[in-house]
Amino acid sequence: MQTYDLEADGLRGLNAALHAQSSETNQTHWEIVNPRGSHAIAVGLDAPIEVNVKGSTGYYCGGMNKQATVHVYGSAGPGVAENMMSGTVVIDGDASQYAGATGNGGTLVIKGNASSRCGISMKGIDIVVHGNVGHMSAFMGQSGNLVVCGDAGEALGDSIYEARLFVRGSVKSLGADCVEKEMRPEHLDLLRDLLERGGCDAKPEEFKRYGSARQLYNFKVDNAY
Amino acid sequence: MTVKDIDKNGPPRTTPIQSATFSNPINAEIRRAAATGIYDIRGGGAKRRVPHFDDLLFLGASVSRYPLEGYRERCDTKVTLGTRFAKNPIELDIPITIAGMSFGALSGRAKEALGRGASEAGTSTTTGDGGMTPEERGHSTKLVYQYLPSRYGMNPDDLRKADAIEVVVGQGAKPGGGGMLLGQKISDRVADMRNLPKGIDQRSACRHPDWTGPDDLEIKILELREITAWEKPIYVKVGGTRPYYDVALAVKAGADVVVLDGMQGGTAATQDVFIEHVGLPTLACIRPAVQALQDLGVHREVQLIVSGGIRTGADVAKAMALGADAVSIGTAAMVAIGDNDPKWEAEYQKLGTTTGAYDDWHEGLDPAGITTQDPELQQRLDPVDAGRRLRNYLNVMTLEAQTIARACGHNDLHNLEPEDLCALTMEAAAMAQVPLAGTTWWPGKSGAGF
Repeated sequence: MQTYDLEADGLRGLNAALHAQSSETNQTHWEIVNPRGSHAIAVGLDAPIEVNVKGSTGYYCGGMNKQATVHVYGSAGPGVAENMMSGTVVIDGDASQYAGATGNGGTLVIKGNASSRCGISMKGIDIVVHGNVGHMSAFMGQSGNLVVCGDAGEALGDSIYEARLFVRGSVKSLGADCVEKEMRPEHLDLLRDLLERGGCDAKPEEFKRYGSARQLYNFKVDNAY
Repeated sequence: MTVKDIDKNGPPRTTPIQSATFSNPINAEIRRAAATGIYDIRGGGAKRRVPHFDDLLFLGASVSRYPLEGYRERCDTKVTLGTRFAKNPIELDIPITIAGMSFGALSGRAKEALGRGASEAGTSTTTGDGGMTPEERGHSTKLVYQYLPSRYGMNPDDLRKADAIEVVVGQGAKPGGGGMLLGQKISDRVADMRNLPKGIDQRSACRHPDWTGPDDLEIKILELREITAWEKPIYVKVGGTRPYYDVALAVKAGADVVVLDGMQGGTAATQDVFIEHVGLPTLACIRPAVQALQDLGVHREVQLIVSGGIRTGADVAKAMALGADAVSIGTAAMVAIGDNDPKWEAEYQKLGTTTGAYDDWHEGLDPAGITTQDPELQQRLDPVDAGRRLRNYLNVMTLEAQTIARACGHNDLHNLEPEDLCALTMEAAAMAQVPLAGTTWWPGKSGAGF
């Protein structure tokens, strides 16, 4: 295992070392100590490596990740796993705003709560939140799945496109064009898989599904206000 | 007029007078709004007359200045962008770049033409909303990859393929506004690149999804630099509204280059009321922006690119004399490759418009085959020929700017300075902070009395 002291050796050296790993690397396990809330930790990775961050992170940890597994043993600042393409990012604690923003693929697991705009403009990522999510989560969500095992804040799924939202607890309010939808067998199967990947023991039958009413898909006068 | 005349012709009548306030175009728009219930959406930039580069003149050399020979003496045009932090700054042969226009708004062939023309002229082109296409990358020697609020098509591989990254905060035609690509332009390919169903309107958000404000922007720029190993110059593009503060904050956030777009800058589609009533004329933006750079001690270290209504070499020279390092063109580049060409007049008429006025680029019916995804219309544009026309146009603009610079005694376009200029109007004098023609005075000049 490679151990990297972020406080001592700096961010540029860390990301350069992680970027240097190819798909054939034998340095597959990395431990980052003393993250101390630094920003842009383990961003732009593109190799099947495992990166364990021993502490809390600042903005954009795991941003634009491909292939790698990034595990934060603490909480994550804004924009964790933003624009992720593939791989897995796991947050043991809570996540701040914009978790998984614009993510195209991969899986983001937040074992605590996520703040506002979780999954904003998501484009294919799967997000599993063990706790609650804040307001405007999945705003303009294009595709992918957001699973909330706790409660959702105001305006869930506002202006949503084709992302699928599953919430076990209460939803304070739904955003524009977001409606509750029938939970069919294929959705239960999908949700079962998501919960398993997210390490969550909740039962799919406990959830409700939300998605787009598709009334804002084409510009018309009545949508202009 | 006699009583007899009145008996014969009736009493004299007041000549009909059109209202300057309720003019025929205004009344027509009121009737259109009343009939449809929807505001007008169009492309392009502000069409109203605003103070512009036409309101400035150069003061050529005479006894007090020594000119350079117009054809033979050297006048450099090269510019390097991104010298502040990037390991690999962009070196351009000419200080005229091609502005961001998306694949989706434009056809793939049009994007290819822009890449070809820019590359042949030794300059860069820019992606736009919707991501980077292989054709565009392949035909562009220098390609700037826009990082936009929608993040359509955004991925780290393309980010690393780019020669520079432009974080778009706003654009001059609609500062503070987002955009919309209407469903009729969403082909299978456009839909796939943007990860949305075919045929639905695709909204481009007005602000970024994962940062707010300059402090966040600084961290976002750090992330982009880390992902790309600090190799790429990072531009920040802002619409012209509060240029002094926006430029200062972009510099504070770590920009290598600031792109400043005035209200004459074009857009694919937004509300006409937005285009015409929000933002500043390009001319009014430059001096405050340069002042901000100078106050921070980074003028020329952080390069300034000005866009919005650049049409000629004279415009290029004037923008640079006011302190820009380079300019960017969008609408003019489209015209150069064939937009609004009179040869399509009959078809413009069918669309209810005319050559020079066509601006419904969002509808996807462009007779010139540029702003469309229609397979047949697209074929009207030959990307090789169109690229050649763009190259020629860029070359002409460069030659024109050089001609002016030599006449002012400069052996580099970047040596042009405000002292080379005067203004024809009070407004232009105030905005450009150069003397009204024939005087040494401009409104607001320090120490000037009335």
